[in-house]
Order: sequence, then C-alpha cells, then structure tokens
Amino acid sequence: MSNPGTRYLPAGLPIPVAEPDGLSAPYWEGLRQGKLLVQRCGRCNTWQFGPEWLCHRCHAFDPAWIEVEPRGRIFSWERAWHPSHAALKGHGPYIAVLVELPHAGGIRMVGNLLGDPEQTVAIGADVEGVFEHHPEQDPPYSLLQWRRL
Amino acid sequence: MTGRGRDERTLRGRVAVIGIGETEYYRHGASPDPEFKLALKAILAACEDAGLDPREIDGYSSYSDDRSEASRLAAALGTHRLRSATMQWGGGGGGCCAAIANAAASIIAGLADCVVVFRSLAQGQYGRFGQAGGIHTVSGERSYLMPYGVLAPPQRFAMRVQRYMHDHGVRQEALRAIALASYHHAQANPRAVMHGKPLDVDKYDASRWIVEPFHLYDCCMENDGAAALVLVSAERATEFRRKPAYLLGAAFGSGHRAAATAHNAPLYATASFDTVAPDLYRMAGLGPSDVGVVQAYENFTGGVVMALAEHGFFEPEEANDFLTFENLIAPSGRLPLNTSGGNLAECYMHGFELVLEAVRQVRGVSTSQARRSDVALVIGGPMVSPASNLILGSEATL
Repeated sequence: MSNPGTRYLPAGLPIPVAEPDGLSAPYWEGLRQGKLLVQRCGRCNTWQFGPEWLCHRCHAFDPAWIEVEPRGRIFSWERAWHPSHAALKGHGPYIAVLVELPHAGGIRMVGNLLGDPEQTVAIGADVEGVFEHHPEQDPPYSLLQWRRL
Repeated sequence: MTGRGRDERTLRGRVAVIGIGETEYYRHGASPDPEFKLALKAILAACEDAGLDPREIDGYSSYSDDRSEASRLAAALGTHRLRSATMQWGGGGGGCCAAIANAAASIIAGLADCVVVFRSLAQGQYGRFGQAGGIHTVSGERSYLMPYGVLAPPQRFAMRVQRYMHDHGVRQEALRAIALASYHHAQANPRAVMHGKPLDVDKYDASRWIVEPFHLYDCCMENDGAAALVLVSAERATEFRRKPAYLLGAAFGSGHRAAATAHNAPLYATASFDTVAPDLYRMAGLGPSDVGVVQAYENFTGGVVMALAEHGFFEPEEANDFLTFENLIAPSGRLPLNTSGGNLAECYMHGFELVLEAVRQVRGVSTSQARRSDVALVIGGPMVSPASNLILGSEATL
C-alpha cells in the first residue's frame, strides 16, 4: 500500500537516516522500495527490531534481513497535542501508535495512525501498513504508517 | 575475600550524607548565573551546611552527562587533591540515585574520603529537554520515533503509561492524585518554584493535554538551578554539625533488554524497577512496609504509579484505591510522597532535589515532615535504563 504525495505530519521533522556504520540501512532502503524488512537470525530464527549487529538470543552476528507483511495490531498509542517541534506549531493533535507484529515474533514499531486524529483508538485493534514516501526531501526517505482494518 | 558472601558487599550503613545545599530554583532560562556557577554555589552551600572546608572535597559524582566537569570544579574550588570522578552512564534523571551509589562505592573502596554529588542545569544557557529543534537528520533509536512526532520525553513515555493503564485498569484520577500531592507539599516549601501556586482537582481536569494520558500537570517542570550533597564514611559522620543521614542501600540498572530499541523492551509497561527494587530492599534489609516516606521522580505522574507498584507499595490493580490525595500527603497519609513538591512543583533538578528532601526527612526538618521518617526512599527517573533508587536512614536504623 502507498499513498503518494500525502504526509501525515508536516514537513520539517527530523529525517531518518541509517547510522554511519550502516546498521539500519537495509531497513530504510526497504521502506523506500515499499518493503518492510526486519532482522531474523539465520541460526536460531529469532526476530529482532530495531536492528543490531548481533542476535540477542544466540549471539550469531549479522542477522538476516527478511521481508514481512506490514500488518499488526495496536500494542499502545498516544494522542499528542503539545507541539514539541517548531514544525508542529498550529498543526493540532496527532496519533502515534506502537504496533506489534505477531507474525514476526511480536516485534514492535512506532508509526502514526492515519485518519481522524481525534478518533477513538483501541489497544489490540488490527492495522495494516501504509508506506509514506518523500522522494523530494533531501535526503529522500520513506516512513511506515498504519491504518485501521 | 573469598570467604565473604555477596551480602557483605554492601553500601549499608557505611557512608552518610553530612551536608546538603542548593541554589535558588528558577524557571527554565531564568537563572542569572551560568550553569557552572550554579554548581559551585550548590557545592559551597552543601559544605557550609556540613561545616566542612570545601578544600577537603576529594571526589565528584554526577549523572546525565552533567556539563560541570569534576577537574574544573576541583581547580575552581582550590581543593587539595582530586581522587575520584564518576559519571553515571545514560538514563538521564534515572541516574540521580546511582550517582550517590557510585560516590559511596568510591568512599568504601578507599578511593576517596569526601565526595560531592551534584546536578546543575541552566536550560537557558543550553537547550531545553522538552523541545526538539535544530535537528535535520536522525539515526538509531531516534530515527524510529522522531519522524512520527515522538520527539521529546512526554511523547516517548506516554505509550508505556497508556499500556500500563490499559493492562491494570488504572484511571486518570490515580495520576491526578500524584500531581495534587506534589503541589500541596510545594505550598509549604518556600524553595518551591510553584510555592504560592496551588493546584486543585478542577484546575487539573481543565488543564490542556500535552499528550494523552498526560495533562499539563502530569509533566515535570523545566528549571534552572543546582543541588549538591556531601558524603563521607560513616566513621566520620558525627564529626559534622548536622544529623547524619546514612545510606542504607542503593541499586541501579534495569531488567532483561529494557533498552531494546524502538519500544521493544520485553517488559514494556514498566518503570524499569522490576529487578532494581528487589536489589535495593535486599541490600537495605528492609521492605516496603519499613519505608515511612517516599520521594519518587516524576518525569510524568504515570511513571510514579508504575515505580511505586514495582517497589511493592501496592499491586498494579490496587493503584486506584491506593493513589488518593489523602494517602499521599504528610504528615499522616499512608505513604507521604514528594514532600518538597518534587519535579512537578519544587524544581526539576533532574531528581536531585528529591534526594535532598529525603535527607531533610531523615533529619526531621522538611517543610512537610512525615510522621514516620527514619527510613526514606528515593526512586530515580522511571521508564529509563539504567534507573536507580536508594534508601536513607537515621542512626536508629543502622
């Protein structure tokens, strides 16, 4: 899924980039191609997010990057009202969700919940990912947002 | 050493706080003094309180990457020598008790004799914690959060608290009671930034959301100032002019993978004391029923709910019943909490004002003295890693 040309939050928030050592580069590059890639250990099959150089369970180095379906359920959420960044002044409330991916070992990731920012949010609700691309930005990047199923 | 058990490796009763001091506390950006000068003023005030020649200080300990560096302090103060300089790694205000544990360990190990522990903050001179500006690109932990508007501490912690409230049926009223207690105690404390600015139920309920479930009054202030205390070995504690407050225990750290990035801690809805609270009680040889008064770091009231439960004062499902205004106020509430006004209403000195208040409780000189104050617990910043805590006690508790 993707929504070209639309963005949930205004421009001007910090742009995500991989670390100088490249640890998360496959993740960000995956998002740019409309794919969700997360780490899964090639030796013990443990899922891991955010990325690390080492599998936290069996200590095998360089866990593999696996494409997973961007769907999950809301593990927690918040509705932010106060603008903690100049880019958000006058924007109004927005919702951030913590989404759990049961089909990928229960790893979690933060995104925004698309739709009415004042909607009722339920922990446990099913959501699907929506890629939000920003090719015009310098550097270009993509985010993974979520919407209710 | 091989014959000694783990229990003999302890801080219990071996060091004491002999002096405390702070600058005037200011709104953020309102300090007329730069940060380093604030640190010096607080250290000198703590030495004056103890009746100690500041030149006798031979160690420094702080946390949260304090910018007032030990060697510069030692040179500025003209101390005879410098013997220890410890900085607690990471965790922001989670380190406010760990800094004291590190100082105590230095003294017990014979590395230093007289250690100052302090925190200094001038957010006008440097940046504010509550605003995230001037950043073009981010990587690592922040890259998974900031592009989605999870920018500053309120947004970083609200989802933990939301999940905890969901799991255990905790209501907003429990958070509100914590804010009301802090403001109530601040009205008796002339040092408090919110002295003369009372809070009531209607004002809390009408206050704007910062981020749900945090109203404005669930969030700590941002302030300028400095606070310091002086530690010496227990053998020397009675040589000084104040009643000593002995360190009965301290602990820090966090549980299994508490710092897993992008909100992937296995125990997510926690204040990070699941392992740290039992460690503290074990060292102190005490339990929650022995504690007479608590100072618990309120970055956000929701973190206090979790931290108090993890320290055994109630089960999470009992939070609504336990956390009432009447139960939390001095002198005779069930558990007097944040008796100086704390981070919400005295001063956000990154929790160090809480440690000073615990010393005042043990001395019996708080502006909101608890009826039972021989054993005073301090809980450092919750929901971070490493977190930390400590217990102070009077001579009678040794």
